[in-house]
Amino acid sequence: MEEILKVEGLRKTFTLSAKQQKIERTKERRKVAVDDLSFSAYRGEIFGLLGPNGAGKTTTLRMLSTLIRPDAGDAELDGISVVNKPEEVRARIGFLTSELKLEDFFTPNYLFDFFSQLHQVDPATAHERKERMFARFGIDRFSEVKVANLSTGMKQKLSLVISLVHEPEVIIFDEPTNGLDVLTARTVTDYLQELRGEGRTIILSTHIFSLVERLCDRVGIIIDGRMVSCGTLAEVCDGMTIEDRFFELYKSVKGGEE
Amino acid sequence: MKRTSNALTIIRKEFARFFGDRQLLFTTVIMPGLLIYIIYSIMGSGIGKITSEGQDAQVNVYVENMPASLAPMLMSMDTNMILEPFNAGVRQMVGRVEDKDNNIVLVCFPEDFDEMVQSYTPQSGVKAPNVEVYYNSANNASMRVYAEVTALLTAYEDGMSNLFDVNRMDDPAQAYDRADIDDVLGDVWSKLLPMLIIMMLFSGVMAIAPSAIAGEKERGTIATLLVTPMNRSELALGKIVSLSAIALLSGISSFIGIALSLPKMIQPGTDGLGLSFNYTFNDYAVLLLTILASVLIMASAVSLLSAYAKDVKNAGTMVTPFMLVVMLAGLLPMFQNGASDSLWIYLIPFYNSIEVMVAVFAHSVNWAAVAVMLASNAVYTAIAIWGLTRMFNSEKVMFGR
Repeated sequence: MEEILKVEGLRKTFTLSAKQQKIERTKERRKVAVDDLSFSAYRGEIFGLLGPNGAGKTTTLRMLSTLIRPDAGDAELDGISVVNKPEEVRARIGFLTSELKLEDFFTPNYLFDFFSQLHQVDPATAHERKERMFARFGIDRFSEVKVANLSTGMKQKLSLVISLVHEPEVIIFDEPTNGLDVLTARTVTDYLQELRGEGRTIILSTHIFSLVERLCDRVGIIIDGRMVSCGTLAEVCDGMTIEDRFFELYKSVKGGEE
Repeated sequence: MKRTSNALTIIRKEFARFFGDRQLLFTTVIMPGLLIYIIYSIMGSGIGKITSEGQDAQVNVYVENMPASLAPMLMSMDTNMILEPFNAGVRQMVGRVEDKDNNIVLVCFPEDFDEMVQSYTPQSGVKAPNVEVYYNSANNASMRVYAEVTALLTAYEDGMSNLFDVNRMDDPAQAYDRADIDDVLGDVWSKLLPMLIIMMLFSGVMAIAPSAIAGEKERGTIATLLVTPMNRSELALGKIVSLSAIALLSGISSFIGIALSLPKMIQPGTDGLGLSFNYTFNDYAVLLLTILASVLIMASAVSLLSAYAKDVKNAGTMVTPFMLVVMLAGLLPMFQNGASDSLWIYLIPFYNSIEVMVAVFAHSVNWAAVAVMLASNAVYTAIAIWGLTRMFNSEKVMFGR
């Protein structure tokens, strides 16, 4: 197994506002979102970060995609540091979250070309990819319809296609099925498996157990910004269902806290 | 593979966004010029109407005690005038003049006017004979006849006892005011136009920059750009250049609107000055460079504020005080006599472009000042691009709420 992503000691803290301090009943000015997180992902696998809301999954993925800088630690993608060479990392990854929006004014056709140019994909290759991907996701019929007029599902599919214009080695996907209807969600998960089949690596975050069971080769469970268990699905589950195993780990971390 | 500039890709996208949106194009480029043209033209013809309406109407001139000496002159004065001698009821006549709908002028000579004038000497210490001319200044026709009657009376008086003249125009080509007409107009233009130009450019920037930066942030589309391998500096450069270009178009549109409507606003001939606009190619070149420099720095400043703002509305609030300062700077030329000579003035952003424009319009371009202005604005723009790059890199600014 070839290691393609190596995460070492990632740490990220945020400053809390006075109001937020009151809500969280803490005197600490800083909240640790991700605490000394380390894991590896291997080429051609789907790696899942599983955790409840607020565990630090999104923060971790944002650090991996170089949108935010870690306070400490680093991650190397194919040997390239996210801290020192963010542009090179971004050229090799596709990052997708529901927070990334496409401009309403433009058509899928225009946006595909625009992002292909920003990724320095030559026009001929871009054209071939566009034909193929638009047909694959049924966007071809809507290629000249402004994003504003597309259905929610079509917008999501377009976002997915746009994030992959440069056919990246590693695809980072924050909550891939969040807010999708069952049909679109199925299209997306099927496509992720297809990408794995092509030898691409997918890092995704989720709080949905069934998704992990159905898709992931390996999984890391994050609770309160810490990696509490990481390995193949079988290793982590240890004979239990992933759901049971998660709550066991959750109780042992949180103890009698709640 | 040949690498295409990402800044260029961004500029093309901004242009596609702008020129593809007919509504946006109309409200920022076509409407300002059109609106200014229509408003100024209506104002111009309105002003013209106010001063000329009914001017040619027939006027009844009532003359009391018409003196024999003046009768022929008064009778031949104007075709649109009916002279009606009368000798009683002046009070009642004055009451009629007060109604502005009556086209009436009332001229009251003292009885025996001619004899009084003949026998009068200023040395006697007695007050000179007085002719009363009642008129209504709210009635343009009445005003016109009043002016004609008084001019005629004054000429008559001059003819009786002319001791000397001042600035007599024997030769129509002779001008006693030796000011160059270009200098006179230059002074007017240099007080008026820099402010107008700055205001127009600024409103152009305001119309697009907040939505292009704060709007993209608000809508979450800038994050999509930030996950591409593009350098943040290319994004900053692309944004500032494209916004400047579009703002410039908007400014040009307003300028055309003004240029076309000014002649209607200021009726030529009323003050003896035609609207000449006598500038050399060098003047225009400096003006263009100055406009380019100021639009770049405006777009930079508004972009920086917009990047810091949470959303478009917030950007508008943040830019307003800044806009007021710039407008005030645009007013300063009204209170000063020509452009400043001290070079350090040309280091002050915004004010430096205003001062150079003042110099251009006043025909007194100082090349060192122009150089200082251009160089310092280039430096400020570079700093702004660097700052915007920093902001695009800052997770607090881009993703903080």
